[in-house]
Amino acid sequence: MKFAVLVFPGSNCDIDCYKAVEETTGEPVDYVWHTATDLSEYDCILVPGGFSYGDYLRCGAIARFAPVMAEVAKAAEQGKYVLGICNGFQILTEAGLLPGALRRNTSMKFICQDSKLQVVNHTTPFTSEYAAGEEITIPIAHGEGNYYCDEATLERLKANNQIVFRYSHNPNGSTDDIAGICNERGNVVGMMPHPERAVSSILGSEDGKRMFTSILTAWRDQYGAATVG
Amino acid sequence: MIKATVYVTIKQSVLDPQGVAVRGALHSMEFTEVEGVRIGKYMELTLNTNDRNEAAERVTEMCEKLLANTVVEDYRFELEG
Repeated sequence: MKFAVLVFPGSNCDIDCYKAVEETTGEPVDYVWHTATDLSEYDCILVPGGFSYGDYLRCGAIARFAPVMAEVAKAAEQGKYVLGICNGFQILTEAGLLPGALRRNTSMKFICQDSKLQVVNHTTPFTSEYAAGEEITIPIAHGEGNYYCDEATLERLKANNQIVFRYSHNPNGSTDDIAGICNERGNVVGMMPHPERAVSSILGSEDGKRMFTSILTAWRDQYGAATVG
Repeated sequence: MIKATVYVTIKQSVLDPQGVAVRGALHSMEFTEVEGVRIGKYMELTLNTNDRNEAAERVTEMCEKLLANTVVEDYRFELEG
């Protein structure tokens, strides 16, 4: 299985994502610059956190038009796994690959702390190794993570089981305590918390590890590849 | 040349945390008559065209595609020249 970590000018969690994939899955991973026009060799695309294009205008508004994003849409359409973390989540909503938008935190503060999440949907390719309703600890670090969608969209998210994570204690004013969602098909996930920062006990939590190993398991199940080791 | 002035504001139905914070600050300064504050963006675009209809059409497209996120924001614009 091959992973891509996209890099935009202003991405700053790309190295963490790369290392997390490398250490948790042992699978090959490449940095892919935002000007790339071919992602066909990759099975999973990670859109990392940071401040792409300085977050000018709105978070993710400009990154969403980077050449590589047309390829991300194509990969999503093909059913490949796409995971947007923090700024990556903002980019995926701007791109229309996920519904809703991220507003300024109600506290108006940048919040950088551990957060307790409830795994609401453990049947996505990204969360299959968690138990239903399991509480996990994953850090957040954002000023604009206050998820918004209108009521009709929220009803749809609930009906289709698209809410993947909820905050146990809502830190930012998010609608329905939403921390992460997926598309209808379940192959595109966006979340504000940073699983790549929670892959080693030395970092305070290992709870993010299983997101990466879940993706690998899902890919192996899909393609019937032999388990290594 | 046509000058387009674009205003982007948070939708009335969507909480504007910046507006709420500024209203709180105004209240603490005893401007208690302030009922509500909405913070938005103001943009000036200089367009290399003299065709107002075309300009209106193009600026609408710019707003829809990039300048506003219509999930949470409204926009309006004025054309001059």
